Amino acid sequence: MIAPTVRDGTITPDRIDSAAELPIGYTDDQDGGHYRLVPTGTDEYFASSSPIDSWKRFLSPPEALLVRGRSSSTDLEVEPVVPDPVAFAFVGIRACDLAAIGLLDRVFLAPDAVDPTYATRRREVFVVAVGCVHPGATCFCASMGTGPIPRDGYDLALTELYDGDRHEFLVDVGSDRGAAVMADVSGRPAVAADDEAAAARAERAVAAMGRQLDPLDPPRAAANPEHVGWGDVAGRCLSCGNCTMVCPTCFCSATQDRTALLGDGVERWRVWDSCFTADFSSLHGNPVRATTESRYRQWLLHKLVTWHDQFGSSGCVGCGRCITSCPVGIDLTAEIRVLAES
Amino acid sequence: MVPVACRVAAREEIAPGTVSLTVGDCARSVGVPAPGQFNMLWAPGVGEVPISLAGRDGDDVVHVIKAVGAVTRALCALQPGDALGLRGPFGTGWDLTAADGHDVLIIAGGLGLVPLRPLIGEIVAHRARFGSVGLIIGARSPSDLLFAEEFAVWGAAVDLEVTVDHAPTDWTGRVGVVTQLVDAVSVDHDDAATFICGPEVMMRFAAREVLERGTPADRIQVSMERNMHCGIGHCGRCQLGPVFLCREGPVVPWARIDASMKVRGR
Repeated sequence: MIAPTVRDGTITPDRIDSAAELPIGYTDDQDGGHYRLVPTGTDEYFASSSPIDSWKRFLSPPEALLVRGRSSSTDLEVEPVVPDPVAFAFVGIRACDLAAIGLLDRVFLAPDAVDPTYATRRREVFVVAVGCVHPGATCFCASMGTGPIPRDGYDLALTELYDGDRHEFLVDVGSDRGAAVMADVSGRPAVAADDEAAAARAERAVAAMGRQLDPLDPPRAAANPEHVGWGDVAGRCLSCGNCTMVCPTCFCSATQDRTALLGDGVERWRVWDSCFTADFSSLHGNPVRATTESRYRQWLLHKLVTWHDQFGSSGCVGCGRCITSCPVGIDLTAEIRVLAES
Repeated sequence: MVPVACRVAAREEIAPGTVSLTVGDCARSVGVPAPGQFNMLWAPGVGEVPISLAGRDGDDVVHVIKAVGAVTRALCALQPGDALGLRGPFGTGWDLTAADGHDVLIIAGGLGLVPLRPLIGEIVAHRARFGSVGLIIGARSPSDLLFAEEFAVWGAAVDLEVTVDHAPTDWTGRVGVVTQLVDAVSVDHDDAATFICGPEVMMRFAAREVLERGTPADRIQVSMERNMHCGIGHCGRCQLGPVFLCREGPVVPWARIDASMKVRGR
């Protein structure tokens, strides 16, 4: 069971063994390059916004063993690695992160290019989504059309209805597996007033989003590849790759050989990589994207523009993590606005 | 994603630092690449690189590799009988149907002749299917010219021009860049199916030359090179604008990448 939980002064998705490990009584304060855990003084379970890290590490782990082999100069034995089956329950996942998994599905479950590691981990996921009623200052899922209320892709979707006197969960059953779980849960039938209360919370959440992204801006920015704004943001960007690590949809990787000390055993590992590294675009020993400007442009235009060509939608779900985790607080919603100006 | 164990059947250094490897024992089990497609060759313990098809030898595939980095150095050092891994074939190769019944222009620079060689072989073997065929081959120096022993056969079938950037005094051929020879072969550019492969800067200039002579950008096919780790659109490294070159490419119409090629560092 993976759920948001308090770890190292943040709320992050991680393994929990009981509901007591949910971030009860905590929310977060997020802004560009800023994250603080904040007590709420209530016993709400889901009062926080985007967890600091995404859920992708559970489906596409930072390191995955692909191939094991034994080799000498004249002999090679290759042994495929069959990923261990894992049955996850994702509890308390927000609409933005659910949408992000939908995007990763298009990459790793493409009919002619299924990734066995991803497919094995993804297949059994039981999703208990939660409507996000406390968006943070870096959130803009409403702009990206992914949230704050999950619309599909869940077995159960919860809305926490809390106003001091009342503390209930409105549950929307999204699948037979979800219905089977609910058969063992006590409760009362929902009435119209419950739906209205949930809708009102969602409406307040939309209004409370700290950021916005105009969907017309990315194509305008793409038409300005030589805009001075690229150089300006590159002057602040550290090319550290934090944004790509915390992004719930960034999927790029490297595959590395790892050899045994005796030299006869070899493994091939896939590891997360980032388009902000020099090695990522290395060709004949030199990077094609030699400058931070070219790397930032690749990242932003891939995320917001060419993703549409490749996968039929934006690659950004509006979770705001890249803003929060940027050491210098670069805000893509602000950058794209500048870059879209003619 | 799992390489198949193969063996080097033959090895020849065909130019300084450039080795032709005939890979056997496995080619049939993984399928033979079409002209312009590539395999991922694995030097176990070192790494894997995309290498285009240079030709076939029965059921074996021939790959030509230039030692420019750790993996290609390890592959070039392999000897007959040595083991290597292979995955493939990957990608989209040359669309020769675009040339049927039309004039053809082929421009090759340096190692760019390698993926074009199987295409040239097809054209020479079915010469009557095409109109005028111009073939321009360039290399750094005469000793860097690849497959020179095949030039006589090619030259008998098509209009062949060969040039080098630098030549010793005993060289009697042309000296200069391939782009200067576009008018030296007689093809109808309005109509010609054009195939280009070479260093990126050469392809950029060559494409410009033929565009200026009236060839539509969607009639110009180029084979692009980028860093690749997976071959199936997962590692993200080979992106050129919207294109995953490992799947949609490496051969793409110039029209598909024209906008990206105008921007430095795409």
